Amino acid sequence: MNWVEIKNLQNLSLDKIKYVDFSEFRESIIIKIHEGKRLVNLFGMQEQDIVRIFCILAEDELSKLFVLSSSLRPGEAFASITNEVPSAHLFERELSEQFGIIPDGHPWLKPVRQGIAGVDQTQRQYDFFKMSGSEVHEVAVGPIHAGIIEPGHFRFSAHGEIIHNLEIQLGFQHRGVEKLFLQNNDLFYQTKLAESIAGDSVIAHSGTFIRAIESLMNIDISKRIKIIRLIMLELERIAVHLGDLAAISNDIAYLTGNSIFGALRTSVINTTMSICGNRFGRNMMKIGGVNFDIDSERAKFLLETINRVEKETVTAAEAMFSSASVMERLEKTGIVSKEIAHSIGMVGMAARASGVSIDARVDHPFGAYEFFPIHKLTLDSGDVFARAYIRFVEIQQSTKIINDLMEIYTDGNHDGKIGEMQKNSFVVSITEGWRGEIVHCIITDETGKIKKIKIKDPSFNNWFALALAVREQGISDFPLCNKSFNLSYCGFDL
Amino acid sequence: MIKIILTLAVLSLAPMFVGVINKVKAIWAGRHAASIFQPYYDLLKLFRKGEVISTTTSFVFEIAPSINLAAVIFALLFTPFPYIGAVLKFDSDFVIFAYSLGLAKFFLVIASLDTGSSFEGMGANREVTFSTIVETAFFVLLGTLAFITNQTSFEQMFIMLNSSANYTLLIKLLFVVSLFIMLLAEGSRVPIDDPNTHLELTMIHEVMLLDYSGVNLAFMVFASQIKMLVIALLISNFLIPLNLPITLALLLCLVSIFLIYLCVGLVESLIARTRISHVPQFLFLMTALALTSFAIVAFFTHGGIK
Repeated sequence: MNWVEIKNLQNLSLDKIKYVDFSEFRESIIIKIHEGKRLVNLFGMQEQDIVRIFCILAEDELSKLFVLSSSLRPGEAFASITNEVPSAHLFERELSEQFGIIPDGHPWLKPVRQGIAGVDQTQRQYDFFKMSGSEVHEVAVGPIHAGIIEPGHFRFSAHGEIIHNLEIQLGFQHRGVEKLFLQNNDLFYQTKLAESIAGDSVIAHSGTFIRAIESLMNIDISKRIKIIRLIMLELERIAVHLGDLAAISNDIAYLTGNSIFGALRTSVINTTMSICGNRFGRNMMKIGGVNFDIDSERAKFLLETINRVEKETVTAAEAMFSSASVMERLEKTGIVSKEIAHSIGMVGMAARASGVSIDARVDHPFGAYEFFPIHKLTLDSGDVFARAYIRFVEIQQSTKIINDLMEIYTDGNHDGKIGEMQKNSFVVSITEGWRGEIVHCIITDETGKIKKIKIKDPSFNNWFALALAVREQGISDFPLCNKSFNLSYCGFDL
Repeated sequence: MIKIILTLAVLSLAPMFVGVINKVKAIWAGRHAASIFQPYYDLLKLFRKGEVISTTTSFVFEIAPSINLAAVIFALLFTPFPYIGAVLKFDSDFVIFAYSLGLAKFFLVIASLDTGSSFEGMGANREVTFSTIVETAFFVLLGTLAFITNQTSFEQMFIMLNSSANYTLLIKLLFVVSLFIMLLAEGSRVPIDDPNTHLELTMIHEVMLLDYSGVNLAFMVFASQIKMLVIALLISNFLIPLNLPITLALLLCLVSIFLIYLCVGLVESLIARTRISHVPQFLFLMTALALTSFAIVAFFTHGGIK
């Protein structure tokens, strides 16, 4: 076995990662995936004149991660694994885009974000699937949308009101986040950068980044700091889930839900603000600790708020999910079956709504979850209803988690020491944000600086699920399906 | 004279009643409500604004709003006020009423197709599909009215209905409910359409106006406000009892229209919008009610259809 077994947040010397020939690498990935492992990440790193390729697989039930690496020369072609491993399709497109290596036999090779490396951008063809017939029509939506939504292009091939295919072209928000990390080695700057990867997952992304750095520094974080971080993460989850329930209500013109959930969300983000001064949790996380303490007075206010919010959420959600007109819209709309969810590598809340039992808080515990186990929650139907209802259930679960942790919480220190980062090392940091599994892989160079950071937002896995969910659905149900996933554009575009 | 004054009153009050719906929704949602006069400010704002006309459009796009508004106002002239009657009347004028609303819709639809936008094409498709259902049901209702009263003038139908047989209460109830469904459909309200959405893919009426701006948009918006009030006025005709002093009847008419709009506001507050593929099922409810009323009349007057 060439695969190196590690755990979430366990740092590893770069030499220990086995280096194999590409054909062996390819075969090995296919075998492992067919054995039931999950593809977590597949990315490349430029090393002199070659591209070193890393693959990370997960065995979720046993909390294990496996790493293997190989290399290709830029411009070199290789046999695509997408046909055997559908979840690799976007990773291969990304590799091809960033390094010009060509996955031969990839079913639909096109740019992910900014265009294939080495191809003249002005000559770039925007290929979309074509459908023909007398009553077939194409609807192009975006990249500029009505309202304050991020840019992204949606191309529908429809027959009357029925969508037969949706193709999503993103990349309009590409800021070069991974390159920006390497421009400035200041850890404060890098933490700020991590906060800005996706504006709705500030705590989740910054937490993922700082845990990776702390692992590379080999420092221990006190239980109390871990609890504070976890509370902030769960507050973020509650707030965004409430906002999504409001947005789903708004899309189906259910006024009651829209106004009540919207108001409750404000209470929660204002609680976040009362702790760290920012409603989205910016400036909260720092390496070695947290910037703001939750003292007993704030803790009391926090508990009062979230318990009141939960009570009101239960009332409003019960009314919503027992309303016939609401259920008529939500049920059997935008179904993603468990098989599809599994094969395309869906993650997070959306995958759990399709019956896939995956939750990094349980599978790859991080922070306070290491000593505070929780249950995975899944629903089976995979429709908009399931994705809405699982949000409601998770709001209750998160409230309970915060309440339970507050019982073992004591006053104390909220700041810790930091150290030097380990040289030539590799670490995988996985966090369950509200949307799903966030993965940051960091590789350090011989001076202990970050040489490569690979960020994967759950949106990267789940956008394709949206495209599949709306097939054979009414085109007017697309916005509702889209809202039920609520994926990030900038988290994908980086 | 009083008919002219009332017609002008309808024109000037049409935006206010839309303000009533918004007020009800805002109160239900726990928001500070905008004034019920807000729609006037909105119209005023549009009248002051400049206009951008897409270069892909033809003259149809530019003349449509004026024709739309004119046709709706023309339909208003045939709409009877309780006790007082309509401004214009002649035999079989209900056909004119229905088809001047039809003409307004026709121009709205071809103007939206004129833009060549895929969104507007979908909106036009939906609007026409749903109108076919509503229009048929509306003619069954009018046929029933004509059948009961032996009249073919819109005004006479309403006046004679009030003086006819004992089953009219039941008929009136069916009429009120089915016309209320028509009001929701023609006024593009929830559960058929969502006037507040920003999602082009789900819109019906709003999407057809996407390319309009300035005065032309104001015309379109104003026309649809008048159209709603015209239908509400028809409903209120069925709600006013007989033999009242004329001022009281007119006051009751105003109150009943207010209540109808209140109900629209409550419907929007309480229920979600139907899936578009299920809208025809909802609209067929109107057809079913119309046919039921026809069957009842046929039963009572002739002992069944012979």
